[in-house]
Amino acid sequence: MSDKIRVIVAKPGLDGHDRGAKVIARAFRDAGFEVIYTGLRQTPEQVVHAALQEDADVVGLSVLSGAHMTLCPRIMELMKKEGLDDVLVVIGGIIPDQDIPKLKACGVAEIFQPGASTEDIVAYVRQHVRKK
Amino acid sequence: MAKDVKDRAFTTVSGVPIEQLYTPEHIRELDYEKDLGDPGKPPYTRGIYPTMYRGRLWTMRQFSGFGSAADTNERFHYLLNQGQTGLSVAFHLPTLMGYDSDHPMSEGEVGKCGVAIDSLADMETLFKGLPLDKISTSMTTNAPATILWSMYLVVAEKQGVDWKKLRGTIQNDILKEYIAENTYIFPPKPSMKLIVDTFEFGTVQVPQWNTISISGYHIREAGSTALQELAFTLYDGIEYIEWALRKGLNIDDFAPRLSFFFNAHNDLFEEVAKYRAARKIWYKVMTERFHCRNPKSAVMRFHTQTAGCSLTAQQPYNNIVRVAVQALAAVLGGTQSLHTNSLDETLALPTEHAARIALRTQQIIAHETGIANTADPLAGSYFVERLTLDMEKGCWEYFERLDAMGGMVAAIEQGFPQREIQDAAYEYQKAIERKEKIIVGVNDFVMENEPPIDVLLIDESVAGEQIGRLRKVRETRDNGHVRSTLNALREAAAASSLNMMPLILDCVRAYATLGEICDELRSVYGVYEEPTV
Repeated sequence: MSDKIRVIVAKPGLDGHDRGAKVIARAFRDAGFEVIYTGLRQTPEQVVHAALQEDADVVGLSVLSGAHMTLCPRIMELMKKEGLDDVLVVIGGIIPDQDIPKLKACGVAEIFQPGASTEDIVAYVRQHVRKK
Repeated sequence: MAKDVKDRAFTTVSGVPIEQLYTPEHIRELDYEKDLGDPGKPPYTRGIYPTMYRGRLWTMRQFSGFGSAADTNERFHYLLNQGQTGLSVAFHLPTLMGYDSDHPMSEGEVGKCGVAIDSLADMETLFKGLPLDKISTSMTTNAPATILWSMYLVVAEKQGVDWKKLRGTIQNDILKEYIAENTYIFPPKPSMKLIVDTFEFGTVQVPQWNTISISGYHIREAGSTALQELAFTLYDGIEYIEWALRKGLNIDDFAPRLSFFFNAHNDLFEEVAKYRAARKIWYKVMTERFHCRNPKSAVMRFHTQTAGCSLTAQQPYNNIVRVAVQALAAVLGGTQSLHTNSLDETLALPTEHAARIALRTQQIIAHETGIANTADPLAGSYFVERLTLDMEKGCWEYFERLDAMGGMVAAIEQGFPQREIQDAAYEYQKAIERKEKIIVGVNDFVMENEPPIDVLLIDESVAGEQIGRLRKVRETRDNGHVRSTLNALREAAAASSLNMMPLILDCVRAYATLGEICDELRSVYGVYEEPTV
């Protein structure tokens, strides 16, 4: 197994706005991570399946449509069921402040809101990933 | 602190280098008649009407939609009462993707990004109390545009309004979905066929309707430069025309109903140059490439929306200022209609309060600043004319590359426009992180502990209620009749040469749902898979 940090970048839900997902995927690659971009409109099951298949260290979810409180807790639940508790999950997108504590309570490590810099996100992942 | 001014590169938002001073030397080749012309005269660089805003102000058209059809109907009435002059519907993602509200993929999305429309019953509620012969309506829908337009036409029918009196626009621009926004359903070939069907149908049946709004807005939001926005949008226009001509349509029948939609980003002069160049290039495309005879075919009419991607979640009140400057660019550029974004749109859909400020911004520009007094006030500026000429030159260069690739559908399949945009988006992000570009409140002039602002929250109960209404429609309609209209639709889709609009209208009249209609079309057309870029 390589020492590279393996990251799944996923867009759950129906939203097609992938500028952020693609920018962060590229920033992760430039930082030397192994990046798997799942493509658009992934169900929670598909995201978790990808994390399992790809032996991911990190799952980065991009949600801009407002569906995060339906999709993200379900993804976290499925991750636990699959024993992926050690995978670092981060979210980027349009996430209102009041949803952040709820998302963290179900196991999301960090939420990056509009304006977050790719450097900060990369640094966060390096610091918090639990490399297997 | 910001870097010292002298250390910064002087470039536009799109990264184009700008000189310290522009003089007559910079526009020596400029020929007034050939390059500009008076407003209302070819090549329309200075605007499409001789009197411009003295004759009529631009249409103030705020894009709006959230929750249920009843919620959005209430917002429409409110905006019209506040002096808005046209409607613009935002649909929620399940509608845009051809799913009913009770589809598993719709979970969590109902009423979130726009209004939930599942069947004609919702469309009737959406336009309740709004006389469709008196207002113009724009509908942002692409893959299922034929279906939502059909719903609107049937609402008009029920109101007793002649289709020939209807004014409005369907976005109906699938190419920019493949390029940038990704709200596609079917593959390019059947998608383009449906669009050509709307051109053909609209010309005869709904002659005042804009059957397409060829859109650069989303291309820019995905991170393109101003030039890429312009070039890809106009080339999309060329592609639609090519497909329509191959079907045997006469250019002068449908070209006058093609409309455009551009972004207004922060760089005032770059944006003005973009709009001015757009009109001129389109005139040349229509007259020199397509040899149109009807002067109206060569006139570019466009809507503008201020750049959502330029707004910041940090210190959101600053967005009012950004929007005002962007709206100014659109008006100085001669737009026909305008949406101004609300200050809270990086956080959620706008509150009524934020939406009102956005509308007031347009009213202040229209009525207080004097900007609307004369046409194309920036003409003759050495700087703006130079930028306009350069914008045009860059655009022709992109056209050559796209022609060589075999047109836009081929270029999309090769991932060309997608890659160009992704590269530009990444460069822009890096420039911000290197502080070569300053975004107030984000990478400079930052405030700690900002107080939160009130945002619009869509209650989860919206979904349950919407699904309840949908089930009631399915229970109370004549399901045998619905089935027969859907079967006829599927057979016609398989036959491929028939115009699909009359068949879709029949399904809609029978209260077939949007998801049911799309399922039939999906079963024949298949679905689009994006190429890896």
